[in-house]
Amino acid sequence: MSTTDHLVYMANQIARELASQCPDRPVAATRDHIRQFWDPRMREAILGYLDRGGEHLSDTARGAVRLLRENAERAD
Amino acid sequence: MAWIGERDLGTKAIAAAAPAMVTLRIDGQDVAVPEGTSIMRAASLVGTNVPKLCATDTLEAFGSCRLCLVEIDGRTGYPASCTTPVAEGMVVRTQTDRLAKLRRGVMELYISDHPLDCLTCSANGDCELQDQAGAVGLRDVRYGYEGLNHLVADKDESNPYFTFDPAKCIVCSRCVRACDEIQGTFALTIEGSGFGSKVAASQDDGFLASECVSCGACVQACPTSALIEKSVIAAGTPDKAIVTTCAYCGVGCTFRAEMRGEQLVRMVPWKDGKANRGHSCVKGRFAWGYANHRDRILNPMIRASVDEPWREVSWDEAIAHTASEFRRIQAKYGKDSVGGITSSRCTNEETFLVQKLIRQGFGNNNVDTCARVCHSPTGYGLKTTFGTSAGTQDFDSVAHADVIMVIGANPTDGHPVFASRMKQRLRQGAKLIVIDPRRIDLVRTPHIDAAYHLPLRPGTNVAVLTAIAHVVVTEGLADEAFVRERCDWSEFEDWAAFVAQPERSPEATEALTGVPAADLRAAARLFATGGNGAIYYGLGVTEHSQGSSTVMAIANLAMATGNIGREGVGVNPLRGQNNVQGSCDMGSFPHEYSGYRHVSDVATREMFERAWGVALDAEPGLRIPNMLDAATDGTFKALFVQGEDILQSDPNTHHVAAGLAAMECVVVQDLFLNETANYAHVFLPGSTFLEKDGTFTNAERRIQRVRKVMEPLNGYADWEIVQLVANAIGLEWSYTHPSEIMDEIAALTPTFAAVSYDALDRLGSMQWPANEAAPEGTPTMHVDHFVRGKGHFVVTDYIPTDEKTGPRFPLLLTTGRILSQYNVGAQTRRTDNVVWHPEDRLEIHPHDAENRGIREGDWVSLRSRAGETTLRALITERVAPGVVYTTFHHPATQANVITTDYSDWATNCPEYKVTAVQVAISNGPSDWQQSYQAQAERSRRILHEAAE
Ligand code: SF4
Ligand code: SF4
Ligand code: SF4
Ligand code: FES
Repeated sequence: MSTTDHLVYMANQIARELASQCPDRPVAATRDHIRQFWDPRMREAILGYLDRGGEHLSDTARGAVRLLRENAERAD
Repeated sequence: MAWIGERDLGTKAIAAAAPAMVTLRIDGQDVAVPEGTSIMRAASLVGTNVPKLCATDTLEAFGSCRLCLVEIDGRTGYPASCTTPVAEGMVVRTQTDRLAKLRRGVMELYISDHPLDCLTCSANGDCELQDQAGAVGLRDVRYGYEGLNHLVADKDESNPYFTFDPAKCIVCSRCVRACDEIQGTFALTIEGSGFGSKVAASQDDGFLASECVSCGACVQACPTSALIEKSVIAAGTPDKAIVTTCAYCGVGCTFRAEMRGEQLVRMVPWKDGKANRGHSCVKGRFAWGYANHRDRILNPMIRASVDEPWREVSWDEAIAHTASEFRRIQAKYGKDSVGGITSSRCTNEETFLVQKLIRQGFGNNNVDTCARVCHSPTGYGLKTTFGTSAGTQDFDSVAHADVIMVIGANPTDGHPVFASRMKQRLRQGAKLIVIDPRRIDLVRTPHIDAAYHLPLRPGTNVAVLTAIAHVVVTEGLADEAFVRERCDWSEFEDWAAFVAQPERSPEATEALTGVPAADLRAAARLFATGGNGAIYYGLGVTEHSQGSSTVMAIANLAMATGNIGREGVGVNPLRGQNNVQGSCDMGSFPHEYSGYRHVSDVATREMFERAWGVALDAEPGLRIPNMLDAATDGTFKALFVQGEDILQSDPNTHHVAAGLAAMECVVVQDLFLNETANYAHVFLPGSTFLEKDGTFTNAERRIQRVRKVMEPLNGYADWEIVQLVANAIGLEWSYTHPSEIMDEIAALTPTFAAVSYDALDRLGSMQWPANEAAPEGTPTMHVDHFVRGKGHFVVTDYIPTDEKTGPRFPLLLTTGRILSQYNVGAQTRRTDNVVWHPEDRLEIHPHDAENRGIREGDWVSLRSRAGETTLRALITERVAPGVVYTTFHHPATQANVITTDYSDWATNCPEYKVTAVQVAISNGPSDWQQSYQAQAERSRRILHEAAE
């Protein structure tokens, strides 16, 4: 697995688990998890992947990465 | 052998919490003792030592030697003081002419069958027989020494660490009782009767070939030199002792390091040690010879490229080189291009310094620790549900458990001393439920029979635990009163509705998990209704794609059944390495400061910034697997590794090797040139636990002192080396003793606020949290309320791992370890422990072996999507059909060539416990193993002449 593939895999894995653990807010919970545990370059890489279409991200994971993008922009 | 400098009160203390007191008079002195105490112990407490041979205060009284006779007013005869309990108003005499005569008579019989070579005996000066002969005033043996005796019997020297000399045996059976009562192995018996009776290991097989696990409890219990350590025979009896803590596993046994001058003679488990209560295993007691092994590296070394041989240099040069490389790399590639790994083998103080070096000195949070690959899901799961990243009990708690559930752990091998205590409780009648793919030893061992063994398919933990919860909820067995008071009720309702769904039932999941539904139901009922239910779990829980979810499922079950917050219950991770709890507590994770506070928490960060005088990074850093990914991508260039061997211990060896090879500077601080060092540019020789001061924190959150018993052979303790590096990069550290580091930890970490070396010396040990509210520490957590407030139920859906069997890889590999070896084996492989485990073997079910034409001992290849290795087969029904199992103690096997990079969703803890594999007959080591071996040998060359 390339690093990006690995990150996509991880994001989907997190999203899948949090979908059942936090049924009311899976997208935000996935965003929070990534925000809390991924170093900036990993977040950067997944944002780049989203910008390139984010093909293999699940819906929840894609939503979470989008939220991450919005937060990052707001912080700028 | 007896404990030098320690008193033996003859019989055990009464265990009751608030016993009734009884007053009696012994030799004219009044004494009040707890009801049930023996006369012998009461006498010892007022300073009167009644002569004794078969009694010792670690064992139940036996009453066989008749040396401890006393006179009691109003009673006829001469009762044995070790077996006679005190009574109110009793008047006892321990020294009368009549008693002296009787005792001399007993002693005479013993001595007439005992070689009188005291002056040359290895136990001379440390022998209870000798002492008691003196105590009873024996001057003469009327029977002569010519009669029938045992003086010519052969010695058994088969065990590498101790000898058995039948000629010196007085058949007191203390060894037999120690093996039964303390260790629980039942390896010894007294064979024959009368004069012909003798000690036999198993069916008189000799110690090495018997069931003996070499714990040494019998040796410690033996009053003579019949059982004695070979190290004492070689070095002579010790003359001083220093209490310290074992550096192998998370049980945290404390020992008296018994010395003769500067030489360590033996390690004797400390009776007052609260984790081990005077017991130990073969590793801690005997396997410390690696400290002086010829492979140990004592001089710093550097090299420009890993293809070159090592060049020995001075400490100054090595430290300056390290500092300049890290600074160069940060200047060229950015501040986040470097990081480090703390060691779960090193002390809390050393670990704290390594993460401080990275945070304060490198200016980032790229720090991780080997807990990443073992119990990181425990930290995540228990923090989420309960609010604290640690187990809830002390080890003593198991003595109050009524039902013990062991999940994915093999305590008799992994945590042997705790296992002995668990077995004591099971022999008293507590019920046992084992959830494990393998039939671990605990399932059936002398006098213990698990009520249920649920042999689940690897990877289905969450489904099994949810099915158990299903039974608890749908059969109305939940402890609603507890849940209403202590947990969030609406979350419980959501969770209960989820687990009650028909598709979660044992019947619906049986095909998936392989666990018979009826057994699972019965086990669930037993756990929920059998009294105090305690859960103990290990890496079979955490090392999965759903490791964190499984930990939370366990926490849910404990809360739902009200098994939290008192003695005898709880959720207890059996943590692997000696200081893995401590390394996590000390801020070794890339997102947390010490005490598990997130780096984005402003108040915490500001506190550290004030203390350290620098701005700190608010962003989480990289975890080990992410560091390796970043290295292969070219953004991570330098790594400081203290006391870890990630190349051998981390999954997917090829990936780890590629990551390390892509870095410009890898610094390894270790005792030996480990596998990771094959890719290192700087080697800083480390010190052993015998050579430094500090603390370790065991699986019960117990902080215990490590005390220096000898000077570091390499010149510096590990904390001093980190300080040298820190100062070379411009930090102005000035610690003169590890106690000052602990003071800093306490000042910056609320759960450690009351911890200091003075407090530890005074109390022996402390379990965190130790602060104003609990100045002596906290044995049981979450007593009145959870640390997070209300207990948090988390819905844990079963999501199968993506690592799946199929036609190419039809078998599931799971991995583990065995008693005599430790982790990557760097220490234990360099001791005589190799007699028990010379190589890793692949356990395979007879059915799977037969299908493949594999016979016992054949070389087989083990192949997964990640790689291939070869090892020899061991055919056994311990593993289920479709499952194979191996250990990873030997680098030649490199079991992690096989493991994949799937990992826990929340923490990236690797999925060691499930890998789809194929097994086939093979001719011997694979090409990869051979080329790896050649590369390793090349990489370990050292040019000695360059040293200063
Ligand atoms: S060393 Fe331990 S296991 Fe072996 S016989 Fe002695 S007490 Fe039993
Ligand atoms: S070997 Fe030692 S402990 Fe065992 S019966 Fe003989 S003297 Fe007693
Ligand atoms: S390895 Fe573990 S059980 Fe064995 S002596 Fe050391 S701490 Fe105790
Ligand atoms: S010590 Fe009491 S009978 Fe042996």
